Amino acid sequence: MTGVSIIGVGMTKFGERWDKGLRDLMAEAGVKAILDAGVDGPDIDAVYGGCMSAGRLTGQEHIGALIADQSGLNPIPATRVEAACASGGLALREAILDIRAGEHDIVIAGGVEKMSDVAISQVATTLGGAADFEWESNFGATFPALYALLARRHMHEYATTEEQMAAVAVKNHKNGALNPYAQYQYKVTVEQVMNSAPVAEPLKLLDCSPVTDGAAAVILARNEVAKKYTDTPIKIISTAQASDALSLHDRASLTELKATQFAAKQAFEKAKLKPKDIDIAEVHDCFTIAEILAIEDLGFFKKGMGGKATVDGLTKRGGRVSVNTSGGLKACGHPVGATGIKQAVEVAWQLRGDAGKRQVDCEIGLTHNVGGTGATCVIHIMSR
Amino acid sequence: MVGIIGYGGYVPRYRITTKEIASVWNEDGERIANSLLVKEKSVPGLDEDTVTISVEAAKNAIRVANLDPEKIGAIYIGSESHPYVVKSSAAIVAETLGVTPFVMAADLEFACKAGTAGMQMCMGLVKSKMVDYGMAIGADTAQGRPNDALEYTAAAGGAAFIIGEKNTLADINHTCTFTTDTPDFWRREGEEFPRHAGRFTGEPAYFRHTLAAALKLMEEAGTKVGDYDYFVPHQPNGKFPLKLAKKLEIPKEKVMPGLVVTHIGNTYSASSPLGLVSVLDQAKPGDRILMLSYGSGSGSDAFDITVTDGITKARKNAVPLKRYLNDTERISYGVYAKFRKKIKGI
Repeated sequence: MTGVSIIGVGMTKFGERWDKGLRDLMAEAGVKAILDAGVDGPDIDAVYGGCMSAGRLTGQEHIGALIADQSGLNPIPATRVEAACASGGLALREAILDIRAGEHDIVIAGGVEKMSDVAISQVATTLGGAADFEWESNFGATFPALYALLARRHMHEYATTEEQMAAVAVKNHKNGALNPYAQYQYKVTVEQVMNSAPVAEPLKLLDCSPVTDGAAAVILARNEVAKKYTDTPIKIISTAQASDALSLHDRASLTELKATQFAAKQAFEKAKLKPKDIDIAEVHDCFTIAEILAIEDLGFFKKGMGGKATVDGLTKRGGRVSVNTSGGLKACGHPVGATGIKQAVEVAWQLRGDAGKRQVDCEIGLTHNVGGTGATCVIHIMSR
Repeated sequence: MVGIIGYGGYVPRYRITTKEIASVWNEDGERIANSLLVKEKSVPGLDEDTVTISVEAAKNAIRVANLDPEKIGAIYIGSESHPYVVKSSAAIVAETLGVTPFVMAADLEFACKAGTAGMQMCMGLVKSKMVDYGMAIGADTAQGRPNDALEYTAAAGGAAFIIGEKNTLADINHTCTFTTDTPDFWRREGEEFPRHAGRFTGEPAYFRHTLAAALKLMEEAGTKVGDYDYFVPHQPNGKFPLKLAKKLEIPKEKVMPGLVVTHIGNTYSASSPLGLVSVLDQAKPGDRILMLSYGSGSGSDAFDITVTDGITKARKNAVPLKRYLNDTERISYGVYAKFRKKIKGI
C-alpha cells in the first residue's frame, strides 16, 4: 500500500479572533503549512477542507472552492468534508485515501471554523445539528445536556466523580498554558472547576470546551515524494473511521462510544500496535467526560478507570500516555471543523520535537476526533 | 486654560439588587454579582427621566460654579434615553435652569459617551471664544430587556460639567477621541430595548477603543501612566474597568475612588462622568486624572485633567455624590417592573 506522510503543518492561534474572518483564518493556516513543508503552489494536487457549519455560522457555503480560491490554488480539485466535530479528522482521512488511491501525490488537508460571528444561542443551535436534530436537539437537548447524560451514567455505573472530571480540565489547562496557540493559556484548579457555573449538571462551565475561531492545515505526500521535502516526515501508519447512531437513545450503552471502540480496533490492527504502544494522544475532550470515555474506549485504561487514571497523573505529559498535550479542546479551543486537523498538527509537532515547552518524549502518536456525541469517530496513528 | 468650573452628579435613590433580579430568572445572584462586580443598580422613580435627572445634576454644577445661569452660552445633553425622539431635552433643561433664550442647545447621542462628547464641544466653543461658558450633561435611564445580561446593570444617573476658562477647579490639559464603525451594541428606531453582540462588546469594542484613546492621549500630551493619580474609565460593570487598568498597568487604588458602578450600576452616558464627579469630590489640587469614556458603535473620549487650587473653594458648594450613594431605598422586582414600565396591560 502507498505510504503517506505529513510533510508540513500550520495553524492559527485559536481563540476569539474578532479581527479575522473565515477566509483569513483558512489562508493563514494553509500558508503556514505550505511554508513549513517547503512546497510550491503548483506542486499541490488537491485540497480537502473540514468545516462543520460555515453556512450557519458565517453565511458562507461552498468552502472547498473557497479554500482553493483564497489560497491561489485554482484549478486543482477542492473538496469540503463535513462530519460535525469530526470534519477535520475526516478531511485528513479523505486526503490520505486520495494519495493511497494513487490519484495524487501532494494533498492539503485543512480545517476551519469561524464561530464568534453569531450570537451564542445560534452557535448552540448550530452545534445541535451534530446530534439527532429530530429526536434530540428539536426537543431542547443541547450538547452539554447530552454529554451530561453520558457523565451521569458513567458516575452511576463506575462511581466516577465530578472531581475526577475536573482533573481532566486541570490537566488540559496545564498543557494549554504552555501552548502559544491555545485559546486559554492559563491553569485552573479543581476548586475553580467545581465552583464554576453549572451548564448542564454535572457539567460545569470549566468542564466544557469553548466557542473558538481557528484553522489548521497539514500537507500530506506520498512517502517517496515526502523525502524530497523533509528529513522528518511524520508517517501515517493507520487511518480508521466508524459510525454509530446519532441519538443517544438508540445506543445500547451510554458509558462507551462504540464508534471510538470500533475505529480504535481497526486503527490498532492496521498499525499492528496495541494501545500501550501509544506515547501521545490528542483525544476529543469536548467535555471532560468525553476525555474519560475516550481514554477508556481507546483501550488506554479499563472501562470505568479513566477518571482515576487522570487523577493519578497517568495521562499527564510524560505519564503512561500523554493525553492532549496541546491543551485539548478544553484549553486549546474547539473551532469545530479545525479540531481534527489541529490534533494532527500537535502530534506532528510532538513527533518532530517541535512542541516547545510542552514537548514530551515520543515515537508514536494517535489522534481521536469525534463527531456529535459519537456518531462519527476518526482515528489516526502516526510515527516518526 | 479651559477646564471645569462646576460639576455635579445625581443618582435616583431607588436600588434593586443583582440578587433580586437573578431570583426572578432562576439565576445565581451571588455568582452574577461577583462576576460583574455589581451589587445593585439605581432605578429611576416613576416621575424621573433623563430631563429631570439632568436638571438635578445641572443645578448641583451651577451651585459649585457659583455662576449666574444666564452666562451659560451652550448646553448639550448626551443620552441614549432622551424622553422624546423629536423634542429637545436640552431646551427643557435650559429653560428650567434659566439659561434661555440666547443659548446654543442640542441633544447628543453616542451610546454611553455622548456626555463626554458634549464636554469636548463645550471646550471647543470656549477655546474659540464663541461662548464664555458651556454646560455638558451626560444622563440616562438605561433600558435593559428583561432577562438580558444588561438588565443587571442598566441603571440611571446624570452628571453635569460647566466648562469655562476662568476660575477652573480642574484644567482639561488635553482630550482626544478614537472612533470606528464597530457595531457592538445598538437600538434601532422604535425599538424598546437595545441589542448587543455578547462577548464582542469586550475586546474588539470596549477594550480596543479605550486603550487606543488612552495611548493616543498620553502620546499627544507627553504623559505616562504613572503621571496620573486617578483613573476614571467607562464602567459598564466593575470587571471591565479593573481589567482595563491592569492592561494599562494602573494600580487598583487609583481606580477605586472613581468606580461607582459597583453600587449604582451602569449609568451609560453618566458612567465615567459620575466617576469623575466622585474623584473631584475627593481630589487635591495638583492631582492628575485620566478619564476614558466609551460609547458603543464605537468610540472613546480620553481626557487629561489636572485639579487646580480652585477645587477647595468650589467643593464647599458641592452636593457630594456620596449623599446619593448612601440615601437609598431598595425595591422589589415587582416595583422595579412598575417603575420601568415593564408591566403591560395597566
